[in-house]
Amino acid sequence: MQVNEKLAVEHGLKVEEYKLICKLLKRTPNLTELGIFSAMWNEHCSYKSSRLHLKKLPTKGKKVIQGPGENAGVIDIEDGDAIVFKIESHNHPSFIEPYQGAATGVGGIMRDVFTMGARPIANLNSIHFGSTQHKKTKNLLRGVVHGIGGYGNCMGVPTIGGQTCFDRSYNGNILVNAMTLGLVKKNKIFYSKAAGLNKPVIYVGSKTGRDGIHGASMASASFDDKIEEKKPTVQVGDPFTEKLLLEACLELMAGDSIIAIQDMGAAGLTSSSIEMASKGKLGIEINLDKVPCRETKMTPYEIMLSESQERMLIVLENGKENLAKKIFDKWGLDFAVIGKTTNTKNIELFFNSEQVAKIPINILVENSPMYDRKWKKTKLPKKNKIQKKDLKNLKILDILKKMISNPNVCSKKWIWEQYDHTVMGDTIQKPGGNSGVVRVHGTNKAVAAAVDSSAVYCWAHPLTGGKQIVCESWRNLISVGAKPVAITNCLNFGSPEKEENMGEFVECVEGIGEASKYLAFPVVSGNVSFYNQTKEIGIKPTPVIGGVGLIKDYTKMITMNFKSEGNLVLVIGKTEGHLDQSLFARTILDEKNGPPPEINLFNEKNNGETILKLIEDNYIKSAHDVSLGGILMGVSKMCIEGNIGIEIKKPNSLLNEFEYFFSEDQGRYIIEISKSDIKKVTSILEKNAVHYDEIGILVGKSVSFNEKTIVPVDELKSYNNNWLKDYMR
Amino acid sequence: MKSSVITFPGSNCDRDMDVALKKFGFKNKMIWHNDNELPKSDLVVLPGGFSYGDYLRCGSVASKSKIMQSVINFAKSGGLVMGICNGFQILVETGLVPGVLLRNKYLEFICKNVFVKIDNKDNPYFKNLEKDIFELHIAHNEGNYFCTEDQLKEIKDNNQVAIYYCNNDGKIEEEFNPNGSIKNIAGILNKEKNVLGMMPHPERMIDSCLSGEDGSLFFKNLLNNIK
Repeated sequence: MQVNEKLAVEHGLKVEEYKLICKLLKRTPNLTELGIFSAMWNEHCSYKSSRLHLKKLPTKGKKVIQGPGENAGVIDIEDGDAIVFKIESHNHPSFIEPYQGAATGVGGIMRDVFTMGARPIANLNSIHFGSTQHKKTKNLLRGVVHGIGGYGNCMGVPTIGGQTCFDRSYNGNILVNAMTLGLVKKNKIFYSKAAGLNKPVIYVGSKTGRDGIHGASMASASFDDKIEEKKPTVQVGDPFTEKLLLEACLELMAGDSIIAIQDMGAAGLTSSSIEMASKGKLGIEINLDKVPCRETKMTPYEIMLSESQERMLIVLENGKENLAKKIFDKWGLDFAVIGKTTNTKNIELFFNSEQVAKIPINILVENSPMYDRKWKKTKLPKKNKIQKKDLKNLKILDILKKMISNPNVCSKKWIWEQYDHTVMGDTIQKPGGNSGVVRVHGTNKAVAAAVDSSAVYCWAHPLTGGKQIVCESWRNLISVGAKPVAITNCLNFGSPEKEENMGEFVECVEGIGEASKYLAFPVVSGNVSFYNQTKEIGIKPTPVIGGVGLIKDYTKMITMNFKSEGNLVLVIGKTEGHLDQSLFARTILDEKNGPPPEINLFNEKNNGETILKLIEDNYIKSAHDVSLGGILMGVSKMCIEGNIGIEIKKPNSLLNEFEYFFSEDQGRYIIEISKSDIKKVTSILEKNAVHYDEIGILVGKSVSFNEKTIVPVDELKSYNNNWLKDYMR
Repeated sequence: MKSSVITFPGSNCDRDMDVALKKFGFKNKMIWHNDNELPKSDLVVLPGGFSYGDYLRCGSVASKSKIMQSVINFAKSGGLVMGICNGFQILVETGLVPGVLLRNKYLEFICKNVFVKIDNKDNPYFKNLEKDIFELHIAHNEGNYFCTEDQLKEIKDNNQVAIYYCNNDGKIEEEFNPNGSIKNIAGILNKEKNVLGMMPHPERMIDSCLSGEDGSLFFKNLLNNIK
């Protein structure tokens, strides 16, 4: 096949990029080489549009062992233990083939984590679908949930939390982001940097097939009418093989045979071999005849670009081949010495005793394009004046029933009961709460994790939205009694080539950076997914934050269900009555304009730290952060979970009851305390200058407001629990 | 008391079972599926998971693996063999207990707490337990127990039903049946009552801060019964 501009463009490269390749190589690349360039230089692998801006994120901290740049981030959780974690997107494949797309997303992120020597101990996921009225939504949701469960359940890793959102902006492009946490000893972390000359390069795991060829390039393009034709670029997962690969790798890692290890994820053998050599400033030589293939007559081009799953590349110490082979034989996995490290700083490929590619590695990595894309700033929208007459005919009870069964608020039990969330025997907080929590096996410690997004806020004002999700993640961890340690982010946006979308990206990242810096909540890993759009319509900007926190004594963990009658309920943090962009404004008043709630980082930090202190002193019986839907949604969920009623009294304030109960002001929590502790608790709050309102007392089995409106908790429960189940059956 | 937990490729509750058995005083050994001989054991456990990926029929490949001949001989000589979840699926594939396990009624994986009622305490697993109703945990895709009418009659005549799905009051009704199992059957014994297969996971209920303690009662009692 003749390599020319046209073919390069078909590979997703720009004309200028192709010209640059020819100039750097001082010749025209052959087909295999063109394929390698297209795989390394696409958006998904090269971060060419995002690199410039990602540099601004805070990535360091006292607890950070490894920041971005490795397979996953690593944080110190003391006593020689560390947590390895990362979130990654698998959006495009999941839209084309929901089961396999979602399944391999989960498989891929788990591989990233165990590549570093960590045993995965928890999975989470953040999934976004189109409108519940859209004809594809149901099937996509079912397929994605089955796929996530199919893979995670088989691996025997509990899925402890997640988030599911519906919004019409995802009608043509759903989001599937998967996160994994793994546990490792600090002195047994494995990295991808190769070292030493003539070290054997080992291929282990599944055989290479023709599936997933150009998967990474597909993930770097927008959808058009012909997306169905892209089905062959979706990888097919085999969780059973991955389970064997996990056990075999951990067995080999217990010894000292491995110099470097890298999983074959996006762009398969190409990016794994090049990354290992590049980090070690070495060359690498691969004999493609030695690569175990599933299909016959595979060409060098196909072998290099396949994204077959469940494969690893390892640089071993000399003389350890037999020992390693024994382990992989025991687990019934392929094992092949396919090459060696060299001092040439080139990647050299051989096939049928002929050299089929030779590229200087620095050209592929350091010289890869980086763009300073044009972007447009989003102005802060003007505040809406909600008129009294808009509220006149509204009844608080009707609104409550409507909002508690809203697809974005309702219980997601139908989803998480399909995920094994208790295997490994350490899940102490199941999905459905503020964060999922797992014990660190055999210790008194526990790790909490949560995933969050607020696409509506980010869409209204990206800078505020970016800050908000970091704060929400922080609050979710605090609400279970965990000290927030670090975050991972999955940045889902439209096309970076459009100024509006690029602007959303730039400003969200700026917001994330500002909040995470202020809260000392650094970003240690992440992933960027651009081109989430069909034709010209992009999704709402959807950065997803995965937060991780540490609970030193798991017996102090807090849950959100109200505990006992007679206890008092306080709202911590000031309620200002901000309704713009709230669920109430959007779904009840049908008002889509206005700014998102403001973020006050000082209050956020101060309120959160004060809550942690109250938890430490054993004053808090249950806690929940105030988020989507405002105070009343939060209180209702706590009643539903605890099966206890509440008498609510609106505190005296200038706000009307809609503003008080449904506004989405930030930095707030709902806490339950014992009556006898009220003086001690309020004195701590006052000493720390934290605003609080006492809003009610737990009593009976109904929710009542100002002694008028009454609704049984059971009724709210059925509204909350049944919506999704009924929708799916 | 000595126990052995078999690890098949794809088993994923083997460690959890090991933790549970040791917690309640068993001396447990992990046995690799490719071994020929079982060590001397008072109890053999086939753990949950996805042996061989469950790509053929759940449990069918595992039932033919090397160690299973030794397990079958052990069971036939009266030794205690307990299969949990995937272990139950393996047991029905060996024919040690009757029936089959189909896909769940709604074709969905189910992970949640359920109540089960012990039907028959005249066996080493449930003898001496004070309670009849236990809260246990299920996590499976193929737990829909099925057998022919003749088999069902035989099972009932021989008191082979171990546990039924029920509510917290012990009512055994269709609405408390999570997966479509015939007659709400959650676990079954062989005729001789030394082999038990059940879908619920007692090893996930051994800690008050996890799901509950009913699994602890089960293991403590089992140990005392074997002593």
